[in-house]
Amino acid sequence: MNSHYINLDNWQLGLAALLILLNVAISLALRLGLAHSLLIASVRMMVQLLLVGFILEWVFALTTPLPVVGIGLVMTALASVAAVRRTRRRFRGIYWNSLLSTLGAAFLVSGAALAGIINVHPWFAPQYAIPLLGMVLGNLLTGMSLSLDRFMQGVARESGVIESDLALGASRWEAARPLIGEALRTGMIPTINAMMVMGVVSLPGMMTGQMLAGASPTAAVRYQIVIMFMIAATTALGTLAVILLAFRTLFNRQHQLCEKKVSGTF
Amino acid sequence: MPFLQHSTSDTLPIHLDASPAQPFFHARGLSFAVGDRLLWLNLDLTLAPGERLAIAGPSGSGKTLLLRTLAALEPMQSGEIIFQGRPLSDWSMPAYRAHVVYLPQRPALPEGSVETAPQLPFHFRMHQNQHFPAEQARELLRMLGRDEHFLQQRTERLSGGEAQIVAMLRALLIAPVMLLLDEPTASLDAEAVAAIEKLIANWLQENPERACIWTSHDRQQLGRISDRVLSLATGA
Repeated sequence: MNSHYINLDNWQLGLAALLILLNVAISLALRLGLAHSLLIASVRMMVQLLLVGFILEWVFALTTPLPVVGIGLVMTALASVAAVRRTRRRFRGIYWNSLLSTLGAAFLVSGAALAGIINVHPWFAPQYAIPLLGMVLGNLLTGMSLSLDRFMQGVARESGVIESDLALGASRWEAARPLIGEALRTGMIPTINAMMVMGVVSLPGMMTGQMLAGASPTAAVRYQIVIMFMIAATTALGTLAVILLAFRTLFNRQHQLCEKKVSGTF
Repeated sequence: MPFLQHSTSDTLPIHLDASPAQPFFHARGLSFAVGDRLLWLNLDLTLAPGERLAIAGPSGSGKTLLLRTLAALEPMQSGEIIFQGRPLSDWSMPAYRAHVVYLPQRPALPEGSVETAPQLPFHFRMHQNQHFPAEQARELLRMLGRDEHFLQQRTERLSGGEAQIVAMLRALLIAPVMLLLDEPTASLDAEAVAAIEKLIANWLQENPERACIWTSHDRQQLGRISDRVLSLATGA
């Protein structure tokens, strides 16, 4: 990769930050009440990214696998918490379920892609492993939180139909399957939508970044193709795992619906 | 403390001690507490084939919870249920519930037409060897005073009483052995109440190995539809 790109200085960042004033002006003019959140979000975004820049600089210099895997685990844990945060209805152990699903899906697919497809040497090379894992996690957490929310909401709304199915001899699987299918479909929608319009409507961030950094567009799209398949596979695996774990918690072995295990507005 | 009391309607025989060597349905030692409020303690309940048991009691006395417990939809806190000579733990739950069907007071029907709702249970593994008895469905519907037009309606638009009729029809068509009816006529007009009562009476007559448990607020109805009344009461 050639690096003939323009390094951005602090004054350039400052100029870009002025763009947020547009948002603030609109919010104030239309009384959207967003000015406060916008400013906080901007500051957070800048601080987080500048920090992460320093951290990554250090991480990319690592030559042993353990710290790289450790950083991957921290990222995974944060993603798994974020995936549950957006779900209004929860149950005991939902965070563990989320962590297990995120970890299994993201590490399995990322590991396979790094070692088996991209053939990175060494396999943990942080310059590849960390950004790829990050992208996979970011998309996975959206899929998981959407499907988890849909499933919990479905169980709450349709508990009557579920129970009347059970009362007529349905197994717990038969009673829950429509909801499980619905939840998995919901979780996959963003990924499928993104793939549908990719390159036509949207130029994905990673690809854009590579091209800014001097990679040829034809090389950049190849990475994008790999990453999209990674995202699709991880999202499918992770949402399936988290929904099946939730199903096991909410439907016991006696084929009963355990609504009482759910907290939040049921 | 809550207490239980058995009473009998005066015209009909008591089957309590006349149960055969293998009791048809026997629940014993059932206790249920919600928080620290005890709803019932050591409740025993036996049903002989052909018997109609009513459960009476004020709102909040746990009639619905009792029926749900008997249908194994509610985790049992203590006690055991023996059905057709086998304890509940020996039954697979879908098989048990295909025999002992619980009908909730406010039945929930899947979205779609009235016609498809009763066909749904026949997609369950439990009923995969049965065929949807279309002829019997039409016959039952006629007895309930509904015509073919009723079948085309959307389940979401049904009144509470109409939904109850569809749910009743659906339950009868999978040919259960026992029905647990939770206020099945609460939202029906007099004509429909009579039709439902007659329907259940016919269903019991068709096969001597069937039995049912009702709950109702209507004392007069309890007299008509049951051989025996179990009163749940909450004492001061």
